[in-house]
Amino acid sequence: CLENTDPRTRGRGIQLLSQVLLQCYSLLREKEVLHLVLFYENRLQDHHLVIPSVLQGLRALSMCEVLSPGLAVSVLKAIFQEVHVQSLLQLDRHTVYSIITNFMGTREEELKGLGADFTFGFIQVMDGEKDPRNLLVAFQIVRDLIAKNYALGPFVEELFEVTSCYFPIDFTPPPNDPHGIQREDLILSLRAVLASTPQFAEFLLPLLIEKMDSDLQSAKLDALQTLTACCAIYGQKELQEFLPSLWSSVRREVFQTASEKVEAECLAALHALSACLSRSVLSSDTEDLLDSFLSSILQDCRHHLCEPDMKLVWPSAKLLQAAAGASLRAYHCVTRSVLPLLLEQYTKHPQSSQRRTILEMLLGFLELQQKWGHVEEDESTLLSLRDPVCSVVFSALTDPSVQLQLVGIRALTVLGSLQGFLSPSNLELVVDHIIRLALHEEDSQSSEAAMEAAGSLAPTYPKVFSGHMVPRLEEELQSEREEESSRDHCSLRQRCLQALAAVSTHTSIVRETVPVLLQHLQKVQKGSEAGNTKDVVSVCQSLHRVALQCQQDAEGCWYYHQTVVPCLLAMAVQAAMQESTHSPLGKALLEEEVLAAMVPVISAATTHLSPELAAQSVSHVVPLFLDGEVSFLPQNSFPCSFQPFEDGECLEAQRRLVALLMAIVCSLPRNVAIPQQERLLRELLALSCSCNCPFTATTAAKCFAGLVNKHPAGQQLDEILQLAVNRMEPSLAEGPRQMQALTLLLWVTKALVLRYHPLSSRLTDKLLGLLGDTELGPAAADGFSLLMAESPDVLHKGCHADVRIMFRQRFFTDNVPKLVQGFHGAGPDVKANYLKGLSHVLNHLPKPVLVTELPTLLSLLLEALSCSDRVVQLSTLSCLQPLLLEAPQIMSLHVDTLVTKFLSLTSSPTMVRVPSPCQAPFLHPCPFCCPHPGLFQAVRIAALRCAHALTSLPTIVLLPYKARVIRALAKPLDDKKRLVRKEAVAARGEW
Amino acid sequence: GPGGGAPLENANPLIFRRSGERPVTAREEDDELPDSIDDREIFDLIRSINDPEHPLTLEELNVVEQVRVKVNDAESTVAVEFTPTIPHCSMATLIGLSIKVKLIRSLPERFKLDVHITPGTHASEHAVNKQLADKERVAAALENSHLLEVVNQCLSARS
Repeated sequence: CLENTDPRTRGRGIQLLSQVLLQCYSLLREKEVLHLVLFYENRLQDHHLVIPSVLQGLRALSMCEVLSPGLAVSVLKAIFQEVHVQSLLQLDRHTVYSIITNFMGTREEELKGLGADFTFGFIQVMDGEKDPRNLLVAFQIVRDLIAKNYALGPFVEELFEVTSCYFPIDFTPPPNDPHGIQREDLILSLRAVLASTPQFAEFLLPLLIEKMDSDLQSAKLDALQTLTACCAIYGQKELQEFLPSLWSSVRREVFQTASEKVEAECLAALHALSACLSRSVLSSDTEDLLDSFLSSILQDCRHHLCEPDMKLVWPSAKLLQAAAGASLRAYHCVTRSVLPLLLEQYTKHPQSSQRRTILEMLLGFLELQQKWGHVEEDESTLLSLRDPVCSVVFSALTDPSVQLQLVGIRALTVLGSLQGFLSPSNLELVVDHIIRLALHEEDSQSSEAAMEAAGSLAPTYPKVFSGHMVPRLEEELQSEREEESSRDHCSLRQRCLQALAAVSTHTSIVRETVPVLLQHLQKVQKGSEAGNTKDVVSVCQSLHRVALQCQQDAEGCWYYHQTVVPCLLAMAVQAAMQESTHSPLGKALLEEEVLAAMVPVISAATTHLSPELAAQSVSHVVPLFLDGEVSFLPQNSFPCSFQPFEDGECLEAQRRLVALLMAIVCSLPRNVAIPQQERLLRELLALSCSCNCPFTATTAAKCFAGLVNKHPAGQQLDEILQLAVNRMEPSLAEGPRQMQALTLLLWVTKALVLRYHPLSSRLTDKLLGLLGDTELGPAAADGFSLLMAESPDVLHKGCHADVRIMFRQRFFTDNVPKLVQGFHGAGPDVKANYLKGLSHVLNHLPKPVLVTELPTLLSLLLEALSCSDRVVQLSTLSCLQPLLLEAPQIMSLHVDTLVTKFLSLTSSPTMVRVPSPCQAPFLHPCPFCCPHPGLFQAVRIAALRCAHALTSLPTIVLLPYKARVIRALAKPLDDKKRLVRKEAVAARGEW
Repeated sequence: GPGGGAPLENANPLIFRRSGERPVTAREEDDELPDSIDDREIFDLIRSINDPEHPLTLEELNVVEQVRVKVNDAESTVAVEFTPTIPHCSMATLIGLSIKVKLIRSLPERFKLDVHITPGTHASEHAVNKQLADKERVAAALENSHLLEVVNQCLSARS
């Protein structure tokens, strides 16, 4: 067959042999390989129909490890000589590249023995290649030739030509391309070749300059990015000749372009050029090109900074900053000339808006200095300009324009971060300005920015801030001013509290501010004014911020915990006892709002403690609640005993403090043992089921759930869970404490769902069963939101709860079929409960998961659009919107229903259905079930977004509806709410 | 696009900063309280219209400004003045038409629209204003599929 006279038959014979070899090349022996190679080399001279199979065989042999020395070279020589590669089909050309790649991988030394002939041979092979798949391989071969130092000999320019002819890449993958090669793959691959060696520079740079002048934006971008890549390996020798042209192209683009992308790439390229010149090692007789390059930039940009109409100021400033940012040397050279000019311009221009522009530019240069950290004494222009710079920045801080103030504050922060720049007297002025802006500036943006500035500067200058700022704030806080209206005074106190928290970014300052805050808390909680709940909450918010700022520092964290936690507990215990004796003092501390604000303070002070210290703290706290052991509290002489778990009506107030117990015990690291845990769990269980106060019952249930979630698996856990189930079940069935039982069920279910506990499915089924209950059904439906949402105070990752990352997906898979089934079997009065439960589950699922799962739920979702419950409507619409974008084919089948339903939801109904009052206000702050002032418009907005998303369906599907939709969308254009109108404009415009 | 290949009439225009998105207020999020249509809302409708010549918006070229937008929600009137970048700008009619079409598509039907050139900023101010005010001519212009395509391009969202 191999000797048949018909080339087709010979070809089939060789094909068979080659296929066999591809299967078994690794089993061949050296001698066999030799014979086969000689045979195949000879066959390369055969009829062109045979060649593809010959190449397949050679590819198999190129993978043999036992190939004798010399054979690789001889195979390649034969291919270079006998085969005109570019007249082969794509696949066969690919085979040739594979043979070369295989040999380069294993026979590098032998191939290098061929010298530049190898390079030349390859150039001929790839010359004229058109297929993107082959180009990717060919580019990789060229990269290896260069990276592994193959001899290029006299063929540098040819190698450049044979690759650079593809630049810039102009390739759009065909639709439904199975190979998945993107334009970007080719661009990056070619760029890696072009930017792989300085030897290409003399050919490449003129090409790049030409392409930067192109009308095609993609060509410009590619040229600029390639230039940036080249600068990483070039030196000044390569760039020298082309610098003037490169600079003039970059400058022209930045001055003229409207494209932010082009501008950004130009600036990156200029930065790279400047960095390359800064880096070059100079011999003694060469000129330093950096200086001349920068002076041409300065010459072309500097004068724009002074033009009265400020026309090209920004492009010029950005160019200068890009060049200056490349090295310390470049920075000095540019700033020496520019900074004095900017300072002069600032004084020349009296208008705030112009001053703001100038200061923003100055800020840009200051931020660059930050990159090098400290200010060097000898060379720095900045240091010599300290006084004028400070006076410009200070003048901005006192300007009436808030925008200018804000830039001034940013500049202040940067100046402060330059070590050694601000003198002690400057620093005092800085602090004075910060205090003035933080407390007295009318605009809240400036005030907040000043506080943030204090926070970021305080770690650098802790003494200045604790010595100047903290006492001033304390003084303001204590002063009782008669002359001012109480509203002003109140907002001043608020600002003081916020500033105290903001500046607490250093341990030594925390030790000053925490006592001030606690003292203030003591004072306001004793007051009897009406507004003091709000004041107490403000102090707690400040304390919370300080706690968060302390967390990373172990020592600071323990100081904070030891100081704040016992103090808060003591105040609360004191207040609760006074409540029992009917004294009005300290009532504010017992309000739900205040306790809810204290929880995050204590929790944040606990989560980051080391296990040892956390254990030490909890060993005091648990006996306090279980046995009334008050001795560790700072003021521990109390009028009566503390027994929150005892029965008795007068202990109502004490029981509320379970919230504080929860804040500690539910925030502990999982490996900290809780003393008397089983007894504590039983007490909490009893309290959650029996207490009449919804706040206390819910808190006890949450605390119980938080502990159960971290409780080690085993018999003890099973027992306590069984006990919980036994207490819940009868209460759920009937009686006055149904809501308490449902709350407990929800929290315990959540605790177990999060950790994949086997009992969780039983409890979830119970909850699903309750959806069919006419009384508890709606509350149970809202409970699904509690199960799925992140809870702010317990059962989240931050407080070390056991949370499996995929729990939502798992809950979805396990329970959605049951919800769907329940919906179909339910009576008309409870159907909405199932939809609502489903809505909550879907709302919390990540969108990518939703899109793959939703098609199966589509018919249910379409039905849900007719449900009158706003929560269901909103959730359904937000599920359908991504589906319209990602699965237009499926959605097209339902276009009629979708158009009708969406349009009917885009305008306000004439008869407004008052949202049903939340059945269980104490369950959880659910964003939907509690009064949500924007729920109505949220539905209209979501419906309009869906109507907008409909436009991504195929035009042919939409055409019949066009006139109707455009007519119907005219109505929401006149909606009374602006946000709705905005969506209507977008949707109608698109239609 | 229009004038493709021909040199731009004003190759290096002065560029203005874009105003940010309008911040959403608590009031706007409350279902009960109506938000009247104000100057900023109209300005937001037209500020991102693309210039037919430059890859810039009318706001960036200062062709439209919020101070030159007047709306009276109660009386259902809107008046917009626009300022061509140069007094001989041949695109003035097209810009005016784009503004008008955008407003027709985006505002409730009750509104009476008046789009005209800022007095004293264009050589053929009177003629352009007359064309823009003529309902029939605007309607006829929009029947012209080529013109409509150009207008739609000006109104398309920027990438």
